[in-house]
Amino acid sequence: MLEVRGLKAYYGSAQALFGLDFAVEKGGVTALLGANGAGKTTTLRALSGLIRREGDIRLQGRPIGALSAEDIARLGVAHVPDGRGTFTDLTVEENLRLGAYVRSDRSGVRRDFDRVVGYFPRLAERRPQQAGTLSGGEQQMLAISRALLMRPNLLMLDEPSFGLAPLVVAEIFRILGAINRDEGVSMLIVEQNASLALDLADSALLIETGRVALSGRSNAIRSDDAVRRAYLGY
Amino acid sequence: MNEFLHQLASGLALGGVYAIMALALVMIYQATQLVNFAQGEMAMFSTYFAWKLMDSGWPYWRAFAATALISFVGGIVIERLVVRPFAKAPVLASVIVFIGLALIFNALAGWLYGYSVTSFDTPFSGRPWLGNVYMSAHESGAVAVSLCVLALVYAFFRFTPLGLAMRAAAQNPVSSRLVGIRVGWMLAMGWGLAAAIGSIAGMMAAPIVYLDPNMMAGILIYAFAGAVLGGIDNPFGAAFGGFAVGVLENLVGAYVVGAEVKLSVALAIIVAVLVWRPSGLFGRRLVARV
Repeated sequence: MLEVRGLKAYYGSAQALFGLDFAVEKGGVTALLGANGAGKTTTLRALSGLIRREGDIRLQGRPIGALSAEDIARLGVAHVPDGRGTFTDLTVEENLRLGAYVRSDRSGVRRDFDRVVGYFPRLAERRPQQAGTLSGGEQQMLAISRALLMRPNLLMLDEPSFGLAPLVVAEIFRILGAINRDEGVSMLIVEQNASLALDLADSALLIETGRVALSGRSNAIRSDDAVRRAYLGY
Repeated sequence: MNEFLHQLASGLALGGVYAIMALALVMIYQATQLVNFAQGEMAMFSTYFAWKLMDSGWPYWRAFAATALISFVGGIVIERLVVRPFAKAPVLASVIVFIGLALIFNALAGWLYGYSVTSFDTPFSGRPWLGNVYMSAHESGAVAVSLCVLALVYAFFRFTPLGLAMRAAAQNPVSSRLVGIRVGWMLAMGWGLAAAIGSIAGMMAAPIVYLDPNMMAGILIYAFAGAVLGGIDNPFGAAFGGFAVGVLENLVGAYVVGAEVKLSVALAIIVAVLVWRPSGLFGRRLVARV
């Protein structure tokens, strides 16, 4: 689904990524692990075209490294950014409609609305409500729903557990698992909570200061001694 | 009493012009946090364009529609060519660009059409049913046109996907790009709409204030006062503010200070609002966390 070779990224003149190589398999879930400041969020921003980047990035074989963020989104890369990217002044309904903004298949959009609301019934009750008044967990659900309405090939999630109560986090990860299973959406997920991410993912990579320190199947990563000590805490 | 009602009514007529000018200002302010000081001169230039069309024999409403359309395109072109290169520049640079634009349009109009004051047609004069004791036919027509513009703009932003995308782009550009909205174009569309709305304001004002290159200078200040009064981040507040300033201006001009100094009323309103209620009557107070 996604192949990345030699990905470098920059904030202004400061280089933040120094040549990452990795891939997300079709229908697979790849977890992006690492400490604060390692470059996880930067990687997602570079992939979706929000910051200056270099390297070979291919989505379903097609190079997307030179495209604008708008065009990458239109190719089916849905990025749920850190902080959830809620349109706080708009209603929940309008936030969802924006997810389907570039689609013209009306009946398909209507079906997807129902499907998404099926995953997150709480959003249905809140459709006319101003999105900024939702709780953190609801806003995360809204962000995921907005991304799903883009009918993505690749769903990129930036710390979906951030700032949420454990029960809400568990619910969101359960639903992400269901979405991956039922719809075969490939996912690239950035998480502080490594144990949670490794449960969901089939492969993972560990980033340290803008470089890949370790990559492989989730099981292998989980049993790696260094990872266990540093990120899993046992 | 009759005299009072008359003043009130003709205040409403120019108030409608201020209201839609204020709306044009707000539209660009919401997307960029900048006030387009050239909005008035752009509207004046559009009005000259309409005058030229009518002068060459076009019927009023055809010239009206063509002018609004051309202004829309012109607004987009100005955004693309002149404003966009300064998108990341400091606020002061943009302010200078806007002032420069205003001067250019003013000089261009003077050069092309001369500085003499010209009369401008109204489509409403031949319709006695519009005229009444308190308002001339043009004044009631202008109020009606202003209200139509407000309603149309409301419907556009509230009910169309493009309107929703423009609102989204104004309030969260990054998230908008991530769902595929071309934010740069939304901004250009905003400039186009503002220019089209401004052209309508100009065409409604011209029969009252007459056509000359400086016709919009005072109107822009009143519109700005209206926008500040109602809340420059709130389109409805700004439109309400525009009507309110129009009425206030007229009443104060007639009963308190006299017509010569009534422009200072607008400035007094701006200062008073900024001192006592900086976010305006309907605006939101923005609290920045440091």
